Amino acid sequence: MFLWFGLVRWTPFPAFNRLPDPLTVFLEWISPDPDYGISIFTPDYYLHIVYSTYRVTVSFMLALILGIPLGIMMGWKANFNAYAGALLDFLRPIPPLAWVPIAILIFPGDEPAVIFVTFLVAFFATTLNTLLGVRSIDLDYFRAAECLGARPKDILKDVIIPGAMPTIFTGLQIAMGAAWFSLVAGEMIAAQYGLGFMILESYNLIQYPTIIIMMATLGIIGYASSALIRGLGNKMVRWREESTGLI
Amino acid sequence: MNGLGEISVRGVQKIYDPLGSPIHALEACSCDIPAGKFVAMVGPSGCGKSTLLNMIAGFDMPTSGTISLDGELLVDQQTRSRPGSDRVVVFQNGALFPWKTVVENIAYGPIVQGRLNRAEAEEKALDLLEETAGLGRIANFFPGQISSGMQRRVEIIRALINNPRVLLLDEPFRAMDTVSKSTMHEYLLDIHYRFQTTILLITHDLAEAILLADIVLVMTTRPGTIKLGIEVDLQRPRLKAMVVSDRFIELQREAIAAVHEEARKAFERGEKELA
Repeated sequence: MFLWFGLVRWTPFPAFNRLPDPLTVFLEWISPDPDYGISIFTPDYYLHIVYSTYRVTVSFMLALILGIPLGIMMGWKANFNAYAGALLDFLRPIPPLAWVPIAILIFPGDEPAVIFVTFLVAFFATTLNTLLGVRSIDLDYFRAAECLGARPKDILKDVIIPGAMPTIFTGLQIAMGAAWFSLVAGEMIAAQYGLGFMILESYNLIQYPTIIIMMATLGIIGYASSALIRGLGNKMVRWREESTGLI
Repeated sequence: MNGLGEISVRGVQKIYDPLGSPIHALEACSCDIPAGKFVAMVGPSGCGKSTLLNMIAGFDMPTSGTISLDGELLVDQQTRSRPGSDRVVVFQNGALFPWKTVVENIAYGPIVQGRLNRAEAEEKALDLLEETAGLGRIANFFPGQISSGMQRRVEIIRALINNPRVLLLDEPFRAMDTVSKSTMHEYLLDIHYRFQTTILLITHDLAEAILLADIVLVMTTRPGTIKLGIEVDLQRPRLKAMVVSDRFIELQREAIAAVHEEARKAFERGEKELA
């Protein structure tokens, strides 16, 4: 903060002088009557947050619903992985933004297109981490379950899902971060509301403090969403937390 | 004692073929494990002990030969009966489910087999845990919270709750310190004395094999086959003090001579393969 303040206020470089200093941004953020129209007292601020959060939530839930079962099947069944893995390896390196024009052509309106590109990155992260989680389960657990009389559905429920759970939650945290990253890029290209849209719009309208406010808001919401998943993960894999000390 | 658990291994051959270069793991391997007996299998590393155990358990198939349990065919080169609760394995590195508590681990078999409901299975698990090991207090701990000795005992109880015909122990005490190992020996002797279940133990520790087993099978170096079967005629119940008896030392000497000869062959072959 001090460095930022110093660079903007006290150095002779125009590159920094054009930026707002942290104090200006903070005062704008909490102003009941903001100079550039966006602060914690304006409904528009929350409208953009709601739009972005809604898009990330829908994308993330879709990634979770589709990615976890797909990753489990790929990790569990070698034949399934032979087909699905090849397709996934082909699609995964394509940057999400490359999908935007196709998404706009396929889906009606901007909204599904932005959700689609956000979903894509979260989906790949979720699927691949689930696959990794299933593959990391020691073969002896499968064998032990079989010895004890477990059928395939028992192995899925009692070995694969709990065994892969820690890695799945790591993947979900990565997926959430990637979803926000992709969302902002998508909103900059094809949206009328949202934090990403406002960052680019504020740049075009030379409302520099608003850019920083939106960036900081993204940071806060992104952190909160990751913390939420982390907390949920810690509850779901309680055995890991408690398996630290020997008696 | 259920009078069951007789294993018959006849002419088993196992050839692995990684990258097109065949490895003969087992060759013309035959042996009998009588019902209710404690049999230990010893031999040089890589001689096929675990391969044979995996085939008995139903995890693998032979290239030729047959393995039967109580006269019923378990595996040959075409058929493989699925692993099941009649042949439960206790694994070298332990395979208690870390996401289930001790009591949930033990109760797992009867629940998934549909023999007992959850409450009944957990009650039985708790009784067995307390009765056979005096460990009722750890029932609600996760495996990661208890010592490796406790983990092994819980894993053996998890097997016993299913009344298996055969208990297959794949070097379960390998990574243990001497004191824990000694405690486990006493525990295993007690379990065998009480339940009279057929036990096949794979081990590298000859003293452990003689102290625990009725028969010690010595395997040759790869391709593995049974070189020698040593009848251990020490009286039961076995006591730790027996390890200094003349008969124990005599049996140990016999086993050492047989294993040493195979270990030397394995070493020489390794030298040749590296040359």
